[in-house]
Amino acid sequence: MGLALLVVIWLITFFSTYFFAAKTWWLPHGASTSAPWIDHQFGLTYIAMGVVFVAAQGALGLFAWQYRDRGSASKVEYSHGNTKLEVLWTALTAILFIGLNLMGSKVWADERFEPAKADAIPVEVTGMQFAWYFRYAGNDGKFGGTNPKLVDPSAGSESAIGLDTSDPAAKDDVVVGTMYLPVNREVNLTLRAEDVIHSFFVPAMRFKQDAVPGLAIHMHFTPTETGDYEIACAELCGLGHYKMHGMLKVVSQDDFDKWLASREAEK
Amino acid sequence: MATTATVHAHAAPQGFIRKYIFSLDHKIIGLQYYFLALVAVFVGMFLSLLMRIHLIWPTAVLPLVGEIKPETYLSLLTMHGTIMVFFVLTTAPQSGFGNYFLPIQIGAPDMAFPVLNMLSFWTTFLAFVAMIAAFFVSGGAPLHGWTGYAPLSALPSAGPGEQLGADLWVISIAIFCVASLMGALNFITTLLDLRAKGMTLFRLPLTCWAWFVTAILALLAFGVLLSAGILLLLDRNLGTSFYVPLVVVNGTVMGHKGGSPLLWQHLFWFFGHPEVYIAILPGMGVASQVLSTFARKPIFGYKAMVYAIMAIGLLGFTVWGHHMFMSGMSPYSAFAFSIMTMAIGVPSAIKTFNWLGTLHKARIRFHSPMLFAIGFVSLFVSGGLSGPFLAQPVLDIPLHDTYFVVGHFHLIMGVAAIFGIFAATYYWFPKMFGRMMNESLGRIHFWVTLVGTYAIFMPMHYLGMAGHPRRYSQLTELAYLHDLIPVQQFMTYAAFITIGFQFVFVFNLFWSMFKGPKASDNPWEATTLEWTTATPPPHDNFGGHTPVVNHGPYEYSVPGAPRDYVMQTDPVTATAH
Ligand code: HEM
Ligand SMILES: [Cu+2]
Ligand SMILES: [Cu+2]
Repeated sequence: MGLALLVVIWLITFFSTYFFAAKTWWLPHGASTSAPWIDHQFGLTYIAMGVVFVAAQGALGLFAWQYRDRGSASKVEYSHGNTKLEVLWTALTAILFIGLNLMGSKVWADERFEPAKADAIPVEVTGMQFAWYFRYAGNDGKFGGTNPKLVDPSAGSESAIGLDTSDPAAKDDVVVGTMYLPVNREVNLTLRAEDVIHSFFVPAMRFKQDAVPGLAIHMHFTPTETGDYEIACAELCGLGHYKMHGMLKVVSQDDFDKWLASREAEK
Repeated sequence: MATTATVHAHAAPQGFIRKYIFSLDHKIIGLQYYFLALVAVFVGMFLSLLMRIHLIWPTAVLPLVGEIKPETYLSLLTMHGTIMVFFVLTTAPQSGFGNYFLPIQIGAPDMAFPVLNMLSFWTTFLAFVAMIAAFFVSGGAPLHGWTGYAPLSALPSAGPGEQLGADLWVISIAIFCVASLMGALNFITTLLDLRAKGMTLFRLPLTCWAWFVTAILALLAFGVLLSAGILLLLDRNLGTSFYVPLVVVNGTVMGHKGGSPLLWQHLFWFFGHPEVYIAILPGMGVASQVLSTFARKPIFGYKAMVYAIMAIGLLGFTVWGHHMFMSGMSPYSAFAFSIMTMAIGVPSAIKTFNWLGTLHKARIRFHSPMLFAIGFVSLFVSGGLSGPFLAQPVLDIPLHDTYFVVGHFHLIMGVAAIFGIFAATYYWFPKMFGRMMNESLGRIHFWVTLVGTYAIFMPMHYLGMAGHPRRYSQLTELAYLHDLIPVQQFMTYAAFITIGFQFVFVFNLFWSMFKGPKASDNPWEATTLEWTTATPPPHDNFGGHTPVVNHGPYEYSVPGAPRDYVMQTDPVTATAH
């Protein structure tokens, strides 16, 4: 039985670790400025935890086999523990855990303690059951007003967010269902939700933030590669949660300007 | 200090109803809780199997259940999670085994308040009935998840199941809170006041420490959940706005104004995080007890274990914000919550080291309880080590609300706690029913369950890393999920096998109850008080006499002692503690 435990626990450990180490399924390709940082911190944590995992499971399997009851041949050590060892591993775990934590905090601080840069492009993201809408401020750089009473999801993007078209600042606002961003330029997001909580999740941007009704949450990130990236909803928001997805198209600044101009022209 | 109980030297009741239904005997009440949890765990498992089937065969029409629509999936999800957390993991380890064995292990004839004890069971039962009823009302069971985030849970128009089903869900939980508060008071009083002579706090078995600290957590946490639930009911039915700001659902302006969705999350997780310790601490106690017994060795670092339990209990109330890193809460407070979370990892690690220390240089007997205790340690390590990922706000950005979290909490809170329940069942069954369980069936059950649960829940971590969000009823909408479907299939097959083999356990349980070989009073050659009394114990536990305790709980292989174990009631000798 001891041997069987050793074999099974070691095999479980091997397979679990193998699929991590071989990166068979890993974080998706990252395409924002914070991705390398987050991935680095992930790798670091992974190595630290992986070592502890293999060591602990290894010892468990080994002890089960080595200290199995072998009749009178096995001698039990009558001991109530060892305070020195106890203090030692308490200190080591504390240092490891807290140390890891502090190393990761710089990225968090950069992203969340600092406001967006002055030249960042403002985009408002609105989540509702079960779609994302994106609003661009237009030439005046100002978002016009919205009014809950005007919300009508069946009448197109602008009405979906209740855009108040009588507000002059709203005249040139562009509201769309696909998000366009220029590459290598920071985006200054304002996240809102109309009905329940949703969560704006763009795996490739290493970006996730809940959109909460009643709050306007400001966040920023910078895409670094052009391409199409899927947007998901990560907070349970009702029966269509699984299909509340969208697309982020990161394009060159030129293409972005052209795209925005053609949208303005359509209005 | 410990006083001998004279509270209620009541005679054993005679009629069936007084004896088995409205019983005041903590042992019967413990069994009632246990069987309630057994029913609940099979309901919960059945629901999870339906979910797993739907995930990989989305169009399958099932007998009995019919077609599973996206909203049905979410109802299954909500009820699965809620039933598992409340009616299995809170009910069996604490209320079930705690009720049965806490009084016996401290040498008391019953709980401090037997009537309150009976009331708390029947209140729990009522809560279970209310929860199950949610399936059958119009609109069906709620779809807001076991966390019930507002405003989704507060707005009847936010989805199917959010009408009467959601009311029943909140009411059931509120009733459950009341039951748990009564139970917690009883446990705390019993442990403090009814210990036998000589049973000092540092001679308590670690199971008792775990039940005691769990009861304190329950007392502090369930009160908060109860209040939160009442406010939610008011929002839902009386138009108040505690959790709901001005919102527009599908073009209709709701009548609410000024509420805060984050308020619910703070209140819920102030309960919810301690709740995961409520689920796992008794399992840790059982693992310690069983490891020491079958390793024939004193538990490594008894006092460190006690302090670790206390530290976990205390710190458990300071970390709730780690569920809310992405919620829109202040990013500065994330720092504090994340440091506290890393800190709580330390006592958990101490416990693991000490379990390994207990096995070191031991003489291990591999009976079924021991296999499950070793499995517990393995799962606790695996589930625990994904914690430091989720505790870092930066890593929570990719991982929050993905399958990584589902894998993490199933391993550490779900399966580890279930292994604790299994270990406790195999260990105490002889005492409870006077017969032994079948060892071969126990082994088969163990091997399949160990490998099976790893096969179901380890791959969830890979899905999560790849960005697979949780609570998705269909995998066809997001393109990047397509590649992950084979992993989902693998998990479903593993779930089929694992769940199927749980019937081996149930068969063993009921068959052994009637047909198993008769058990002696102390079949495992263990040391604590329950093994000093008759099997099964008489109505007053010790047949009219009160035990006197002379030793610590885990005196195995004491040099110079006549046997390889010294029971807590053995006369004082020079050697054992
Ligand atoms: C029989 C083995 C089990 C299987 C196959 C299973 C499977 C699942 C699945 C497929 C989900 C939904 C994941 C998603 O869509 O996000 C889930 C959620 C959940 N499970 Fe289990 N589970 C099992 C046992 C347990 C146990 C023992 C517990 C006890 C803690 C548990 C607690 C939960 C909770 C709390 C949720 C989250 C519900 C929610 O998101 O609101 N499960 N489980
Ligand atoms: Cu959603
Ligand atoms: Cu928590």
